[in-house]
Amino acid sequence: MNEIEKKADIIIIGGGVNGCSLAYQLAKKGKKVVLCERNYICSGATGRCGAGIRQQWSTRENTELSIKSIKIFEKLEKELGQDIGLRQGGYLIIVHNNKDMIQAEKNVKMQKELGLDVSILTPDEILDVVSILDIEGMKAIGATFCPTDGHVDPFKTTHAYAKAAERQGAKLYKFTNVTDIKTKNKRIDCVVTNRGKIKTNIVINAAGAWSKQIAEKLNIKLPNKPFRKEILVTERVKPVFKAMVISFKDGIYFSQQDEGQILGGIPIPNEISGYLTNPTFDFLNHMSKTLTRYSPKLKYVNVIRQWTGYYDVTPDARPILGEVDEIKGFIQCNGFSGHGFMLSPMVTKILTDYITDGKSSDILEKLLIKRFKDKEITHETSVVG
Amino acid sequence: MSDKVFICRCEDLTQEEIEQAIDEGFTTLEELKCRLRLGMGPCQGRSCLSLARRILCKKTNKSTEEIKLPPSRPPEVPVSLGTLASD
Repeated sequence: MNEIEKKADIIIIGGGVNGCSLAYQLAKKGKKVVLCERNYICSGATGRCGAGIRQQWSTRENTELSIKSIKIFEKLEKELGQDIGLRQGGYLIIVHNNKDMIQAEKNVKMQKELGLDVSILTPDEILDVVSILDIEGMKAIGATFCPTDGHVDPFKTTHAYAKAAERQGAKLYKFTNVTDIKTKNKRIDCVVTNRGKIKTNIVINAAGAWSKQIAEKLNIKLPNKPFRKEILVTERVKPVFKAMVISFKDGIYFSQQDEGQILGGIPIPNEISGYLTNPTFDFLNHMSKTLTRYSPKLKYVNVIRQWTGYYDVTPDARPILGEVDEIKGFIQCNGFSGHGFMLSPMVTKILTDYITDGKSSDILEKLLIKRFKDKEITHETSVVG
Repeated sequence: MSDKVFICRCEDLTQEEIEQAIDEGFTTLEELKCRLRLGMGPCQGRSCLSLARRILCKKTNKSTEEIKLPPSRPPEVPVSLGTLASD
Protein backbone atom coordinates (compact mmCIF):
# COMPACT_ATOMS: atom_id res chain seq x y z
CA MET A 1 0.00 0.00 0.00
CA ASN A 2 1.06 3.58 -0.68
CA GLU A 3 2.14 6.16 1.88
CA ILE A 4 -0.70 7.93 3.63
CA GLU A 5 -1.13 11.63 4.42
CA LYS A 6 0.55 12.87 7.61
CA LYS A 7 -1.89 15.70 8.31
CA ALA A 8 -5.55 16.50 7.67
CA ASP A 9 -8.12 19.10 8.68
CA ILE A 10 -10.67 16.37 9.29
CA ILE A 11 -10.49 12.60 9.61
CA ILE A 12 -13.66 10.62 9.01
CA ILE A 13 -13.85 7.11 10.42
CA GLY A 14 -16.15 4.88 8.38
CA GLY A 15 -16.71 4.50 4.63
CA GLY A 16 -20.47 4.12 4.58
CA VAL A 17 -22.86 6.57 2.98
CA ASN A 18 -22.54 9.09 5.81
CA GLY A 19 -18.74 9.01 5.84
CA CYS A 20 -18.47 9.34 2.06
CA SER A 21 -21.08 12.11 1.88
CA LEU A 22 -19.22 14.03 4.61
CA ALA A 23 -15.94 13.52 2.77
CA TYR A 24 -17.47 14.99 -0.38
CA GLN A 25 -19.15 17.97 1.25
CA LEU A 26 -16.23 18.92 3.49
CA ALA A 27 -13.71 18.59 0.66
CA LYS A 28 -15.96 20.72 -1.52
CA LYS A 29 -15.74 23.44 1.15
CA GLY A 30 -11.97 23.36 0.80
CA LYS A 31 -11.12 21.17 3.79
CA LYS A 32 -8.32 18.65 3.64
CA VAL A 33 -10.19 15.42 4.34
CA VAL A 34 -9.00 11.88 5.03
CA LEU A 35 -11.44 9.00 5.35
CA CYS A 36 -10.36 5.73 6.98
CA GLU A 37 -12.40 2.62 6.29
CA ARG A 38 -11.37 -0.62 7.97
CA ASN A 39 -12.81 -2.76 5.17
CA TYR A 40 -13.97 -1.51 1.75
CA ILE A 41 -16.40 1.32 0.86
CA CYS A 42 -19.99 0.19 1.54
CA SER A 43 -18.91 -2.95 3.42
CA GLY A 44 -21.01 -2.19 6.52
CA ALA A 45 -24.65 -1.32 7.08
CA THR A 46 -24.95 0.92 3.99
CA GLY A 47 -24.20 -1.91 1.58
CA ARG A 48 -26.51 -4.29 3.43
CA CYS A 49 -29.56 -2.09 3.92
CA GLY A 50 -33.05 -2.28 2.45
CA ALA A 51 -32.41 0.87 0.38
CA GLY A 52 -35.72 2.52 1.26
CA ILE A 53 -36.13 6.26 1.75
CA ARG A 54 -39.18 7.48 3.63
CA GLN A 55 -40.54 10.63 5.22
CA GLN A 56 -43.31 9.13 7.38
CA TRP A 57 -42.16 9.24 11.02
CA SER A 58 -43.61 9.82 14.46
CA THR A 59 -41.05 12.41 15.59
CA ARG A 60 -40.82 15.89 14.06
CA GLU A 61 -37.02 15.78 13.80
CA ASN A 62 -36.95 12.58 11.76
CA THR A 63 -39.77 13.81 9.52
CA GLU A 64 -38.00 17.12 8.89
CA LEU A 65 -34.64 15.44 8.35
CA SER A 66 -36.09 12.98 5.86
CA ILE A 67 -38.22 15.50 3.92
CA LYS A 68 -35.08 17.58 3.40
CA SER A 69 -33.02 14.46 2.68
CA ILE A 70 -35.33 13.37 -0.13
CA LYS A 71 -35.17 16.86 -1.66
CA ILE A 72 -31.37 16.40 -1.74
CA PHE A 73 -31.64 12.83 -3.12
CA GLU A 74 -33.82 14.22 -5.94
CA LYS A 75 -30.99 16.49 -7.08
CA LEU A 76 -28.06 14.25 -6.19
CA GLU A 77 -27.64 12.51 -9.52
CA LYS A 78 -27.09 15.88 -11.19
CA GLU A 79 -24.76 17.12 -8.46
CA LEU A 80 -22.54 14.01 -8.35
CA GLY A 81 -22.69 13.35 -12.08
CA GLN A 82 -23.61 9.69 -11.59
CA ASP A 83 -26.79 7.62 -11.47
CA ILE A 84 -27.89 6.90 -7.87
CA GLY A 85 -30.85 4.67 -8.75
CA LEU A 86 -33.56 6.93 -7.30
CA ARG A 87 -37.13 5.67 -7.70
CA GLN A 88 -40.09 7.25 -5.93
CA GLY A 89 -42.77 4.58 -5.75
CA GLY A 90 -44.04 5.56 -2.32
CA TYR A 91 -44.18 3.90 1.09
CA LEU A 92 -47.36 2.10 2.09
CA ILE A 93 -47.60 1.73 5.86
CA ILE A 94 -50.19 -0.89 6.80
CA VAL A 95 -52.40 -0.14 9.81
CA HIS A 96 -53.93 -3.14 11.62
CA ASN A 97 -56.16 -1.84 14.42
CA ASN A 98 -57.93 1.24 15.75
CA LYS A 99 -55.28 2.05 18.30
CA ASP A 100 -52.58 2.15 15.62
CA MET A 101 -54.90 4.17 13.38
CA ILE A 102 -55.10 6.87 16.06
CA GLN A 103 -51.27 7.05 16.09
CA ALA A 104 -51.21 7.01 12.26
CA GLU A 105 -53.67 9.92 12.13
CA LYS A 106 -51.53 11.83 14.60
CA ASN A 107 -48.40 11.14 12.54
CA VAL A 108 -50.09 12.17 9.28
CA LYS A 109 -51.33 15.42 10.85
CA MET A 110 -47.81 16.33 11.99
CA GLN A 111 -46.30 15.25 8.64
CA LYS A 112 -48.82 17.38 6.72
CA GLU A 113 -47.97 20.38 8.88
CA LEU A 114 -44.41 19.94 7.69
CA GLY A 115 -45.63 20.01 4.09
CA LEU A 116 -45.57 16.32 3.25
CA ASP A 117 -47.90 14.83 0.63
CA VAL A 118 -49.30 11.93 2.68
CA SER A 119 -52.76 10.42 3.03
CA ILE A 120 -54.75 7.70 4.79
CA LEU A 121 -56.00 4.93 2.50
CA THR A 122 -58.95 2.54 2.80
CA PRO A 123 -58.38 -1.20 2.19
CA ASP A 124 -59.65 -0.82 -1.39
CA GLU A 125 -57.25 2.03 -2.01
CA ILE A 126 -54.38 -0.12 -0.65
CA LEU A 127 -54.98 -2.55 -3.51
CA ASP A 128 -54.87 0.30 -6.02
CA VAL A 129 -51.30 0.95 -4.89
CA VAL A 130 -50.11 -2.67 -4.52
CA SER A 131 -52.50 -5.10 -6.20
CA ILE A 132 -50.89 -8.33 -4.97
CA LEU A 133 -51.59 -7.66 -1.27
CA ASP A 134 -54.17 -9.64 0.71
CA ILE A 135 -56.19 -7.36 3.00
CA GLU A 136 -57.47 -10.21 5.17
CA GLY A 137 -54.10 -11.94 5.37
CA MET A 138 -52.47 -8.71 6.51
CA LYS A 139 -55.39 -7.98 8.88
CA ALA A 140 -55.37 -4.44 7.49
CA ILE A 141 -57.92 -1.78 8.32
CA GLY A 142 -56.16 0.91 6.32
CA ALA A 143 -52.78 2.40 5.50
CA THR A 144 -50.89 5.62 5.16
CA PHE A 145 -49.23 6.42 1.85
CA CYS A 146 -46.67 8.97 0.76
CA PRO A 147 -45.96 8.89 -3.00
CA THR A 148 -42.60 10.68 -2.83
CA ASP A 149 -41.03 8.07 -0.53
CA GLY A 150 -39.10 5.40 -2.37
CA HIS A 151 -35.79 3.75 -3.02
CA VAL A 152 -32.19 4.72 -3.78
CA ASP A 153 -29.31 2.38 -4.65
CA PRO A 154 -26.89 2.43 -1.66
CA PHE A 155 -23.90 1.15 -3.66
CA LYS A 156 -24.35 3.59 -6.52
CA THR A 157 -24.95 6.51 -4.14
CA THR A 158 -21.98 5.80 -1.89
CA HIS A 159 -19.61 5.11 -4.79
CA ALA A 160 -20.80 8.34 -6.42
CA TYR A 161 -20.09 10.29 -3.20
CA ALA A 162 -16.69 8.61 -2.87
CA LYS A 163 -15.72 9.46 -6.44
CA ALA A 164 -16.92 13.04 -6.10
CA ALA A 165 -15.03 13.38 -2.80
CA GLU A 166 -11.82 12.21 -4.48
CA ARG A 167 -12.37 14.68 -7.31
CA GLN A 168 -12.53 17.40 -4.63
CA GLY A 169 -9.19 16.24 -3.24
CA ALA A 170 -10.32 14.04 -0.33
CA LYS A 171 -8.24 10.93 0.40
CA LEU A 172 -10.27 7.78 0.95
CA TYR A 173 -8.21 4.97 2.48
CA LYS A 174 -9.87 1.57 2.43
CA PHE A 175 -8.50 -1.41 4.40
CA THR A 176 -7.18 1.16 6.89
CA ASN A 177 -7.93 0.48 10.53
CA VAL A 178 -7.97 3.19 13.19
CA THR A 179 -6.19 1.67 16.18
CA ASP A 180 -6.04 4.72 18.45
CA ILE A 181 -7.06 8.37 18.76
CA LYS A 182 -4.87 10.69 20.82
CA THR A 183 -5.82 13.97 22.51
CA LYS A 184 -3.89 16.95 23.86
CA ASN A 185 -5.51 19.30 26.40
CA LYS A 186 -8.93 17.73 25.81
CA ARG A 187 -8.65 18.32 22.09
CA ILE A 188 -8.19 15.78 19.28
CA ASP A 189 -4.50 15.61 18.34
CA CYS A 190 -3.98 12.67 16.02
CA VAL A 191 -5.33 9.38 14.71
CA VAL A 192 -3.21 6.23 14.68
CA THR A 193 -3.89 3.68 11.94
CA ASN A 194 -2.30 0.41 10.86
CA ARG A 195 -0.69 2.44 8.06
CA GLY A 196 0.66 5.28 10.15
CA LYS A 197 -0.21 8.36 12.18
CA ILE A 198 -2.25 11.30 10.89
CA LYS A 199 -2.34 14.68 12.68
CA THR A 200 -5.74 16.33 12.93
CA ASN A 201 -7.98 18.38 15.23
CA ILE A 202 -11.29 16.96 14.07
CA VAL A 203 -12.45 13.34 14.01
CA ILE A 204 -15.89 12.30 12.81
CA ASN A 205 -17.09 9.00 14.20
CA ALA A 206 -19.21 7.51 11.39
CA ALA A 207 -18.31 3.89 12.06
CA GLY A 208 -21.87 2.56 12.30
CA ALA A 209 -22.20 -0.37 14.67
CA TRP A 210 -18.52 0.02 15.61
CA SER A 211 -18.88 3.71 16.59
CA LYS A 212 -19.19 2.68 20.21
CA GLN A 213 -15.75 1.03 20.04
CA ILE A 214 -14.22 4.09 18.38
CA ALA A 215 -15.62 6.36 21.13
CA GLU A 216 -14.29 4.01 23.80
CA LYS A 217 -10.75 4.80 22.62
CA LEU A 218 -11.41 8.29 24.02
CA ASN A 219 -13.28 7.07 27.10
CA ILE A 220 -16.54 8.39 25.72
CA LYS A 221 -19.42 6.04 26.40
CA LEU A 222 -22.04 5.88 23.65
CA PRO A 223 -25.39 4.28 24.55
CA ASN A 224 -25.56 2.58 21.11
CA LYS A 225 -26.06 -1.17 20.83
CA PRO A 226 -25.44 -3.31 17.73
CA PHE A 227 -28.33 -5.50 16.56
CA ARG A 228 -28.01 -8.09 13.81
CA LYS A 229 -30.68 -7.60 11.16
CA GLU A 230 -31.54 -9.98 8.36
CA ILE A 231 -32.82 -9.44 4.86
CA LEU A 232 -33.56 -11.60 1.83
CA VAL A 233 -33.94 -11.18 -1.89
CA THR A 234 -35.84 -13.27 -4.44
CA GLU A 235 -35.22 -14.09 -8.06
CA ARG A 236 -36.37 -11.54 -10.62
CA VAL A 237 -40.03 -11.73 -11.51
CA LYS A 238 -42.23 -9.43 -13.59
CA PRO A 239 -42.41 -5.99 -11.90
CA VAL A 240 -45.91 -5.64 -10.42
CA PHE A 241 -45.55 -3.04 -7.66
CA LYS A 242 -43.45 0.03 -6.97
CA ALA A 243 -44.22 0.91 -3.34
CA MET A 244 -42.34 -0.24 -0.26
CA VAL A 245 -44.84 -2.05 1.99
CA ILE A 246 -44.17 -1.86 5.73
CA SER A 247 -45.90 -2.60 9.03
CA PHE A 248 -44.75 -1.34 12.42
CA LYS A 249 -46.79 -4.05 14.16
CA ASP A 250 -45.33 -7.00 12.22
CA GLY A 251 -41.98 -5.28 11.68
CA ILE A 252 -41.93 -6.36 8.03
CA TYR A 253 -40.79 -4.29 5.05
CA PHE A 254 -40.58 -5.35 1.40
CA SER A 255 -40.43 -3.84 -2.05
CA GLN A 256 -39.83 -4.87 -5.62
CA GLN A 257 -36.88 -3.43 -7.50
CA ASP A 258 -37.20 -2.23 -11.09
CA GLU A 259 -35.26 -5.30 -12.22
CA GLY A 260 -37.92 -7.51 -10.60
CA GLN A 261 -36.38 -8.93 -7.44
CA ILE A 262 -38.36 -8.63 -4.20
CA LEU A 263 -36.30 -7.55 -1.22
CA GLY A 264 -37.34 -7.40 2.41
CA GLY A 265 -36.72 -8.02 6.07
CA ILE A 266 -38.32 -8.56 9.44
CA PRO A 267 -36.88 -8.68 12.98
CA ILE A 268 -35.51 -12.04 14.04
CA PRO A 269 -37.71 -13.36 16.88
CA ASN A 270 -36.06 -12.88 20.31
CA GLU A 271 -32.93 -11.25 18.88
CA ILE A 272 -30.51 -9.93 21.48
CA SER A 273 -27.83 -7.28 21.01
CA GLY A 274 -24.34 -8.37 19.92
CA TYR A 275 -21.88 -8.63 17.05
CA LEU A 276 -23.44 -11.65 15.35
CA THR A 277 -23.18 -12.09 11.60
CA ASN A 278 -24.50 -15.56 10.78
CA PRO A 279 -27.81 -15.71 8.92
CA THR A 280 -30.55 -17.79 10.59
CA PHE A 281 -33.22 -20.19 9.40
CA ASP A 282 -35.60 -18.66 11.96
CA PHE A 283 -35.52 -15.46 9.95
CA LEU A 284 -36.10 -17.20 6.61
CA ASN A 285 -39.06 -19.08 8.04
CA HIS A 286 -40.58 -16.09 9.85
CA MET A 287 -40.08 -13.74 6.89
CA SER A 288 -41.48 -16.22 4.36
CA LYS A 289 -44.52 -16.89 6.55
CA THR A 290 -45.29 -13.21 7.01
CA LEU A 291 -44.56 -12.26 3.39
CA THR A 292 -46.80 -15.01 1.97
CA ARG A 293 -49.51 -13.99 4.45
CA TYR A 294 -49.29 -10.42 3.11
CA SER A 295 -49.25 -11.68 -0.48
CA PRO A 296 -50.09 -15.40 -0.95
CA LYS A 297 -49.24 -15.16 -4.67
CA LEU A 298 -45.57 -14.84 -3.76
CA LYS A 299 -45.31 -18.41 -2.45
CA TYR A 300 -44.03 -19.65 -5.81
CA VAL A 301 -41.26 -17.04 -6.01
CA ASN A 302 -37.77 -18.30 -5.16
CA VAL A 303 -35.51 -16.80 -2.52
CA ILE A 304 -31.94 -16.65 -3.82
CA ARG A 305 -30.02 -14.98 -1.00
CA GLN A 306 -30.20 -13.85 2.61
CA TRP A 307 -27.65 -11.77 4.48
CA THR A 308 -27.18 -9.81 7.68
CA GLY A 309 -26.11 -6.33 8.70
CA TYR A 310 -26.23 -4.19 11.82
CA TYR A 311 -28.58 -1.59 13.18
CA ASP A 312 -26.61 0.76 15.46
CA VAL A 313 -29.44 1.33 17.93
CA THR A 314 -29.77 4.20 20.44
CA PRO A 315 -32.18 4.27 23.41
CA ASP A 316 -34.61 6.54 21.51
CA ALA A 317 -33.99 5.10 18.00
CA ARG A 318 -32.71 8.48 16.81
CA PRO A 319 -29.17 9.34 15.64
CA ILE A 320 -26.42 10.88 17.74
CA LEU A 321 -24.93 13.90 16.00
CA GLY A 322 -22.48 16.67 16.77
CA GLU A 323 -19.58 17.40 19.07
CA VAL A 324 -19.23 15.83 22.52
CA ASP A 325 -18.69 18.17 25.50
CA GLU A 326 -15.68 16.29 26.85
CA ILE A 327 -13.32 16.44 23.85
CA LYS A 328 -13.07 19.32 21.39
CA GLY A 329 -13.18 18.15 17.81
CA PHE A 330 -14.73 14.72 18.43
CA ILE A 331 -17.89 14.65 16.35
CA GLN A 332 -20.54 11.91 16.29
CA CYS A 333 -22.44 10.77 13.22
CA ASN A 334 -23.88 7.44 14.33
CA GLY A 335 -26.68 5.66 16.18
CA PHE A 336 -28.97 5.75 13.16
CA SER A 337 -30.95 2.76 14.44
CA GLY A 338 -31.60 1.43 10.93
CA HIS A 339 -32.16 4.73 9.14
CA GLY A 340 -28.65 5.96 8.35
CA PHE A 341 -28.95 5.65 4.61
CA MET A 342 -32.20 7.52 4.18
CA LEU A 343 -31.28 10.33 6.58
CA SER A 344 -27.72 10.73 5.30
CA PRO A 345 -28.14 13.69 2.89
CA MET A 346 -29.47 16.11 5.52
CA VAL A 347 -27.51 14.76 8.49
CA THR A 348 -24.24 15.20 6.67
CA LYS A 349 -25.23 18.68 5.49
CA ILE A 350 -26.01 19.75 9.07
CA LEU A 351 -22.65 18.42 10.27
CA THR A 352 -20.80 20.04 7.37
CA ASP A 353 -22.37 23.42 8.24
CA TYR A 354 -21.37 22.94 11.87
CA ILE A 355 -17.79 21.98 11.08
CA THR A 356 -17.09 24.57 8.39
CA ASP A 357 -19.07 27.58 9.69
CA GLY A 358 -19.66 26.70 13.34
CA LYS A 359 -23.36 26.91 12.52
CA SER A 360 -25.64 24.90 14.80
CA SER A 361 -29.33 24.18 14.21
CA ASP A 362 -32.41 23.16 16.17
CA ILE A 363 -32.19 19.59 14.92
CA LEU A 364 -28.50 19.30 15.76
CA GLU A 365 -29.12 20.61 19.29
CA LYS A 366 -31.84 18.01 19.81
CA LEU A 367 -29.68 15.12 18.60
CA LEU A 368 -26.56 15.80 20.69
CA ILE A 369 -25.49 12.94 22.94
CA LYS A 370 -26.27 14.97 26.06
CA ARG A 371 -30.02 14.44 25.50
CA PHE A 372 -29.65 11.05 27.22
CA LYS A 373 -28.86 12.86 30.47
CA ASP A 374 -32.38 14.34 30.43
CA LYS A 375 -35.13 12.50 32.22
CA GLU A 376 -37.53 12.41 29.32
CA ILE A 377 -36.57 11.35 25.83
CA THR A 378 -38.84 11.30 22.77
CA HIS A 379 -38.78 7.87 21.25
CA GLU A 380 -39.12 7.33 17.49
CA THR A 381 -41.82 4.63 17.24
CA SER A 382 -42.03 4.29 13.45
CA VAL A 383 -39.39 1.56 13.12
CA VAL A 384 -39.36 -1.66 11.07
CA GLY A 385 -36.91 -4.46 10.27
CA MET B 1 -20.87 -13.08 -33.64
CA SER B 2 -20.00 -10.57 -30.91
CA ASP B 3 -16.48 -10.68 -29.49
CA LYS B 4 -17.75 -9.83 -25.99
CA VAL B 5 -16.72 -12.35 -23.34
CA PHE B 6 -19.45 -12.86 -20.75
CA ILE B 7 -18.21 -13.68 -17.24
CA CYS B 8 -21.39 -13.34 -15.14
CA ARG B 9 -24.32 -14.61 -17.16
CA CYS B 10 -27.02 -13.87 -14.56
CA GLU B 11 -26.08 -10.21 -14.42
CA ASP B 12 -24.83 -9.86 -18.01
CA LEU B 13 -21.28 -8.82 -17.15
CA THR B 14 -18.45 -8.89 -19.65
CA GLN B 15 -14.73 -9.33 -19.07
CA GLU B 16 -14.24 -5.77 -20.26
CA GLU B 17 -16.65 -4.37 -17.64
CA ILE B 18 -14.88 -6.29 -14.87
CA GLU B 19 -11.45 -5.13 -16.02
CA GLN B 20 -12.70 -1.55 -16.16
CA ALA B 21 -14.03 -1.75 -12.57
CA ILE B 22 -10.69 -3.14 -11.38
CA ASP B 23 -8.97 -0.19 -13.06
CA GLU B 24 -11.34 2.13 -11.17
CA GLY B 25 -10.01 0.69 -7.90
CA PHE B 26 -12.47 -2.10 -7.06
CA THR B 27 -9.77 -4.63 -6.34
CA THR B 28 -11.47 -7.38 -4.31
CA LEU B 29 -14.27 -9.73 -5.34
CA GLU B 30 -16.58 -8.24 -2.71
CA GLU B 31 -16.04 -4.76 -4.10
CA LEU B 32 -16.68 -5.98 -7.63
CA LYS B 33 -19.86 -7.58 -6.36
CA CYS B 34 -21.03 -4.26 -4.87
CA ARG B 35 -20.03 -2.32 -7.95
CA LEU B 36 -21.30 -4.60 -10.70
CA ARG B 37 -23.70 -7.06 -9.00
CA LEU B 38 -21.19 -9.76 -9.96
CA GLY B 39 -22.44 -13.13 -8.70
CA MET B 40 -25.70 -11.73 -7.29
CA GLY B 41 -28.07 -13.50 -9.70
CA PRO B 42 -29.90 -16.84 -9.36
CA CYS B 43 -26.69 -18.94 -9.66
CA GLN B 44 -25.08 -16.98 -6.79
CA GLY B 45 -21.68 -16.79 -8.47
CA ARG B 46 -21.12 -20.47 -9.12
CA SER B 47 -19.23 -19.97 -12.35
CA CYS B 48 -18.48 -16.26 -12.52
CA LEU B 49 -16.68 -15.78 -9.21
CA SER B 50 -13.78 -18.07 -10.03
CA LEU B 51 -13.52 -16.58 -13.52
CA ALA B 52 -13.54 -13.07 -12.07
CA ARG B 53 -10.92 -14.15 -9.55
CA ARG B 54 -8.61 -15.15 -12.39
CA ILE B 55 -9.09 -11.77 -14.04
CA LEU B 56 -8.29 -10.10 -10.68
CA CYS B 57 -5.15 -12.25 -10.28
CA LYS B 58 -3.87 -11.22 -13.69
CA LYS B 59 -4.65 -7.52 -13.28
CA THR B 60 -3.31 -7.16 -9.73
CA ASN B 61 -0.40 -9.63 -9.95
CA LYS B 62 -1.72 -11.68 -7.06
CA SER B 63 -2.02 -15.42 -6.62
CA THR B 64 -5.39 -17.15 -6.39
CA GLU B 65 -4.86 -17.79 -2.67
CA GLU B 66 -4.49 -14.09 -2.01
CA ILE B 67 -7.92 -13.29 -3.43
CA LYS B 68 -10.74 -14.14 -1.07
CA LEU B 69 -14.07 -15.38 -2.36
CA PRO B 70 -17.07 -13.47 -0.96
CA PRO B 71 -18.96 -15.39 1.75
CA SER B 72 -21.61 -17.67 0.28
CA ARG B 73 -25.12 -16.75 1.30
CA PRO B 74 -27.91 -19.17 2.20
CA PRO B 75 -30.07 -20.79 0.96
CA GLU B 76 -27.33 -21.76 -1.61
CA VAL B 77 -29.91 -22.86 -4.19
CA PRO B 78 -33.16 -21.01 -4.95
CA VAL B 79 -35.97 -22.15 -2.62
CA SER B 80 -39.56 -20.92 -2.91
CA LEU B 81 -41.09 -18.66 -0.25
CA GLY B 82 -43.90 -21.22 0.07
CA THR B 83 -41.45 -23.99 0.99
CA LEU B 84 -39.54 -21.76 3.40
CA ALA B 85 -42.82 -20.71 5.05
CA SER B 86 -43.82 -24.29 5.89
CA ASP B 87 -43.58 -25.63 9.46
